[in-house]
Amino acid sequence: MKYILLMSGTRAGVEAYHAWPKQDIDAHMAVLHRISQDLTESGEFVGTQGLTEPKEAKVVRGEKNGLPVTDGIFPESKEFLLGYWIVDVANAERAYAIAGRISAVSLNIPIEVRQFATYEGKSR
Amino acid sequence: MKYILMMNGKKSDFEGYARWSKEDLQANVSFMRAFSKELKDSGVFVSTEGLGWPSEAKLVKAGKNGEPITDGVFPESKEFLAGYWIIDVESPEQAYKVAARASQAPGPGGKPGNMPIEVRPVLSGHADLGL
Amino acid sequence: MAEHLYNAPFEHLLRELAPQVIGAVARRFRDFFSAEDAVQEAMIAAFTQWPQEGVPENPRGWLIQVASRRMTDHMRSEIARRERETAVAAETENLTSFLEVETDMDSDDTLILLFMCCHPALSPSSAIALTLRAVGGLTTAEIAHAFLVPEATMAQRISRAKQTIKTSGVPFRLPSPHERTVRLPAVLHVLYLIFSEGYTSSIGSHLQRFDLACEAIRLTRNTKTLLPDNPEVAGLLALMLLTDARRAARTGPNEELIPLDKQDRKLWDRSQISEGIELLAAALSKGAVGLYQIQAAIAAVHDEAESVGDTDWPQILALYELLKRVAPSPMVALNLAIAAAMVHGPAKGLDLLRALDRDPRIAGHYRLDAVRAHFFEKMGDYKAAIQHFRIAAAGTTSMPERNYLLTEAARLAGD
Repeated sequence: MKYILLMSGTRAGVEAYHAWPKQDIDAHMAVLHRISQDLTESGEFVGTQGLTEPKEAKVVRGEKNGLPVTDGIFPESKEFLLGYWIVDVANAERAYAIAGRISAVSLNIPIEVRQFATYEGKSR
Repeated sequence: MKYILMMNGKKSDFEGYARWSKEDLQANVSFMRAFSKELKDSGVFVSTEGLGWPSEAKLVKAGKNGEPITDGVFPESKEFLAGYWIIDVESPEQAYKVAARASQAPGPGGKPGNMPIEVRPVLSGHADLGL
Repeated sequence: MAEHLYNAPFEHLLRELAPQVIGAVARRFRDFFSAEDAVQEAMIAAFTQWPQEGVPENPRGWLIQVASRRMTDHMRSEIARRERETAVAAETENLTSFLEVETDMDSDDTLILLFMCCHPALSPSSAIALTLRAVGGLTTAEIAHAFLVPEATMAQRISRAKQTIKTSGVPFRLPSPHERTVRLPAVLHVLYLIFSEGYTSSIGSHLQRFDLACEAIRLTRNTKTLLPDNPEVAGLLALMLLTDARRAARTGPNEELIPLDKQDRKLWDRSQISEGIELLAAALSKGAVGLYQIQAAIAAVHDEAESVGDTDWPQILALYELLKRVAPSPMVALNLAIAAAMVHGPAKGLDLLRALDRDPRIAGHYRLDAVRAHFFEKMGDYKAAIQHFRIAAAGTTSMPERNYLLTEAARLAGD
């Protein structure tokens, strides 16, 4: 069963993270990388992706005069997706355990766990 | 350059979608199918996924013993990821164009939905360990 | 049946040879685990070299030779490594990693591999992956692609599966007749899972990924050749054929799900149905009726009905009653409720569902809501039907199912 584990944060939260000493950021990255390696070893890793900073986010709402209508203004409280892991596990409990581990090494920020919808048994 | 195009919605948006007419549902599904095909044909498609319903979502933190603590309670205002596309394009403008197209998926009454699509560049390098 | 897509014309040959070659190399070196890896490498070498050099005169011999060379290369570096170590204790420890292999040349290697790979100690996904590689002869990349995971992940899954078998000390020999009886259900279950995985992921008639359903049918046919007198093996093959026969009719032009009662039966594959029924009849005549034969019999009743209205529901109900005694499960109970509703009316069906609400294994499962919705519709309680269709839609992770359930709700809401 494939699950996506979502790590989100506000702009303020991200700015605070960026203000960490470089070695702390590197250490955190290393721990997350270790988690991905462990997941490959256990045969559960599907993918992981980090997203760039929220300030590069845009929202597009349709088209006007042939051009996309874009907006980069978001409320202060908006939670942005920072990154995610995709895992293929035997059951939901295993997905929660992995999410718990990611949370534990990331100042215990909550990790949202969502199952992938499948297209007749497979996700595309 | 890889971009993720995300479709978000509040619980009420999902519930609204579940109440669309048969024709509106079918039109939307057909559009999404055709849209993915367009992305593949134009060589920008990387992946697409749909996610489970918000009622199935869980929030997980680590407990004192490292055991995960799961919770299914979210504020009414919470925006849930419904699905995403990852595309590989030459420029941000191209990404916005693709997002605009996704945004035009038909909604109630068969009219273009003009749904907000959040566009974010995807990090490359050591964080990009996926497929 | 949908065409089996092969990358190369000799691919079918390679697949058939894979388990035999693993067996031969495992015997020669008394090490199944390393032999399986070495044969994988030989297969990949074949894929690279045969298109250029042509298929060898003796393909089996070629594969054995290449795999054996890999094995000796690994062993040489392993010995060199061991010679660098000074502790005698470490040396004796390493020697025990080689299995005792019997030299009986008559025993059938494919059957040995099948029992080994479907070992009950393995999780279903591990057994499936290992079986597809060692018995099916698929490459790691093909299996990874079929399950939409990275190749490195799938390689690890298979390594860990082999490690689990190694730790459980299973010898490379055919299980005794008694052991075979005990272990066969696990083998059939793995083959069935491969089929289900393949069948539910086939969309329309175009195959973009390896056809696991076809692969499951091929492996089950081979198993039947190895165990020709076993009625459950024949029953499983019949079930697969009778189910696969409907493949072309189950998805619409927009990849939408078409349920059994709405399918265009002219699209069903009649030759698969005939073969399935023949196999089933022969199996049933052997006496002991197992769960695959019963499920095949149910599929046969559906497949033999010219139209939905001709479906012999009392017969299906009787078969589900039998299945409930042989292999009870909440899903069987659910399907029994559907059949009971067709025979005795939807109120009876709703009654039976209430018992399932108390079963923690299925309570709250979206299928319960979906079936309940259908019964409410038949009773004319559209409001309840709509409600349960929508609850079911929120609970399923299958997109085509979600779309189907929401559309059903919308259909009733629009009336």
